[in-house]
Amino acid sequence: MRAETDGMTIADPRPATPAAPPERETMVCFEDVRKAFGTVEVLRGITVDVHRGDVTVLVGRSGSGKSTALRCINGLEAINGGRLTVCGRRLHEPGTDLRDLRQDVGIVFQSYNLFPHLTVAQNVMLAPRKVKRLGLSEARELAREVLHKVGLADKAEAYPEQLSGGQQQRVAIARSLAMQPRLILFDEVTSALDPELTGEVLRVIEGLAKAGMTMVLVTHEMGFARSVADQLVFMHKGTVWEKGSRDILRDPATPELRQFVGNGL
Amino acid sequence: MSILGLPLGLTPDQFLFILRGAGWTLVLSLFGFVGGTSLGLPLALARAARKGGLGSWLLRQGAGAYVALVQGIPLPVIMFVVYFGVSIGGFEVPALVAAGIAMTLWSAAYLGEIWRGCIQAVPRTQWEAAECLALTPAQRFVHVILPQAMRVAVPPTVGFLVQIVKNTSYSVVIGFFDLTYSAKVINNATYKPFQVFTIAALIYFLICYPMSVASRRFEARMRRA
Repeated sequence: MRAETDGMTIADPRPATPAAPPERETMVCFEDVRKAFGTVEVLRGITVDVHRGDVTVLVGRSGSGKSTALRCINGLEAINGGRLTVCGRRLHEPGTDLRDLRQDVGIVFQSYNLFPHLTVAQNVMLAPRKVKRLGLSEARELAREVLHKVGLADKAEAYPEQLSGGQQQRVAIARSLAMQPRLILFDEVTSALDPELTGEVLRVIEGLAKAGMTMVLVTHEMGFARSVADQLVFMHKGTVWEKGSRDILRDPATPELRQFVGNGL
Repeated sequence: MSILGLPLGLTPDQFLFILRGAGWTLVLSLFGFVGGTSLGLPLALARAARKGGLGSWLLRQGAGAYVALVQGIPLPVIMFVVYFGVSIGGFEVPALVAAGIAMTLWSAAYLGEIWRGCIQAVPRTQWEAAECLALTPAQRFVHVILPQAMRVAVPPTVGFLVQIVKNTSYSVVIGFFDLTYSAKVINNATYKPFQVFTIAALIYFLICYPMSVASRRFEARMRRA
């Protein structure tokens, strides 16, 4: 919502950390969260807070549990232990209204997952119309607005298959924004894109960050993590191995992160 | 019209008699398709129900058992069972009703399986994306899954219509007056089996061929899309 007030066209490659007021709302709170698939323990007790307006970046090797942690936040995966609070809802307690939660928490996937039978505008308008019961003209206005924000106002009538991967991913971001979430999750959203297309998607995310959107990103783009993260979380073997400001990438405390960063360069 | 029958040695009346049978074949086909659709769609939904919970397990198992049972019984036997089963219950039903019920039971099992496959051909990630946009389960199905499944479903469904039309001929076993039955009657009167059944074959072909062509066209269009 707040994101709308700020244009996203200015691309500053290195935005300064926003001046943080001392007491900010905690949007996501992991407390010793555990998750297992069968006998495989994917999350072995992770504790992380995400504050309002912050960009939290999860990095780590494949299989370190970062994507699973992200998917727990909007209830796509149910946790097996610990406590997880998201936008005031306690997901560790039974009976959480997940549909209600998902109106506050958007997610963008690696494979875009646009609806191929709908135009770009219809993709964006579907949930606002069906879930928020917006009228057609209102929804159209909203679609125009969010598509403009991701630089695709002229593609409203195109079908997803007519767009490049980068454009499709920007539509997916617009679709998420249209629900006016308080928090957006990004699950390796550039992993399927070539470097050029990666850039256009990252610029959109950067714009959202500057507009004050609370975001949690899983990414392998270390350069991007370094430039955009307010909080950096390095996950290793299902645990939070190291966390702190983006500076921990420059000056890792553990040999594991040092090695991970070294390999990443 | 009668010109078609005459070279084969039938009178116009005899030819019209066969055509009347063809009309009832179409009626029974329609019964089979409408009935098969109204029973087949819930079957497909039950078979594709998401795993989790006793309710969905029962749904899947129940629908699965039905499909396995019906697919394991020849259609003429289903016709007999329905026809005599209903009369044991003390009801006297016309052959059309019995044949219609049998066609419904039979085609539902196959249409249900065809459509289950089409629903499951839509990637899981589409369900997930719809779920993450806070759509209700019904909205996910109606607005996201169904339109995509329907595109895949058109060619095999039209293809199966041809099977329905041809298999209505089994209703002859319970004495339903369809194309096959009327041809049999005329044959008994004229003793010209080759001519009579050639005419019946031609009429079946004229009904089914356009559907086969349509099915192939749909399939070709799908491949282009």
